[in-house]
Amino acid sequence: MLTLAHFLTLGAILFSLSVAGIFLNRKNVIILLMAIELMLLSVNMNFVAFSRFIGGLDGQVFVFFILTVAAAEAAIGLAILVVLFRNRRTINVQELDELKG
Amino acid sequence: MSLPIIEIVFYLFSAVLCFAAFSVVTVRNPVYAALFLVLAFFSSAAIWMLLEAEFLAITLVLVYVGAVMVLFLFVVMMLDINVDRLKEGFARYLPVGILVAVAMAAELFIVIWTRGFAKMPRPEPLPDGYSSTKALGEVIYTQYLYPFEIAAIVLLVAIVAAIMLTLRRRPETRYQDPAKQVQVKRDERIRMVSMPAVKREES
Repeated sequence: MLTLAHFLTLGAILFSLSVAGIFLNRKNVIILLMAIELMLLSVNMNFVAFSRFIGGLDGQVFVFFILTVAAAEAAIGLAILVVLFRNRRTINVQELDELKG
Repeated sequence: MSLPIIEIVFYLFSAVLCFAAFSVVTVRNPVYAALFLVLAFFSSAAIWMLLEAEFLAITLVLVYVGAVMVLFLFVVMMLDINVDRLKEGFARYLPVGILVAVAMAAELFIVIWTRGFAKMPRPEPLPDGYSSTKALGEVIYTQYLYPFEIAAIVLLVAIVAAIMLTLRRRPETRYQDPAKQVQVKRDERIRMVSMPAVKREES
């Protein structure tokens, strides 16, 4: 018998894996972006599960908007990445220390 | 006793999803990571089908696998990345990464399994002929119309920003200027010369 807790657990596992990915791949911006996409996916999983088990469509609408924003974020992030690589010839986060703050 | 098909499908695709997510964050080659991310999106689309959110499942496959992941693959293959140097420090951050992930997962599990989410019964199956797409469309185009339009503007801004960021004018490349081409006068292209007719020399 599948309950809401099963789906939430799956979302929690996905989220933890992507957090671990952000820790492990601290130098590679591309993998960092992918880990962020995984995080958004786990959040969407929770939204869809709640929407089904509570019985409203609002959760699915939110997933729709999250997908939109995530696509925009991925496009701009990759554009920044391309410009960065063109200027610095690296995507290593540790070498991107020109911006002093 | 019939086979618990739904449970089997759920656990199968959950296992694939967890394996794919684990591979995304641990594999060496970013191209493989992108491909495993595609696998993760596919598996979660199947799980969303179980939750009877068909429109979102198809959207996930079309938008993510079809557009976003292809963009990722393009960028990964265009950039000439030195993978070995980027993997430095993987072993150094492994303990703290595992620690944080396990702690976070444990906290989430405690919250999920003690707050009564497990007691929520599986809802009644939706009636025959129910269309998730139609229901979602009715909500989006009435109640959520303004957020929907804002989402469209967000996408437009993303397009403009991505193009402006990556556009570059190379000085050595020659461009057409259509305005100049249209405005050109006859005098600028043709010079009339008058010269006397000359008899052709016999050779």
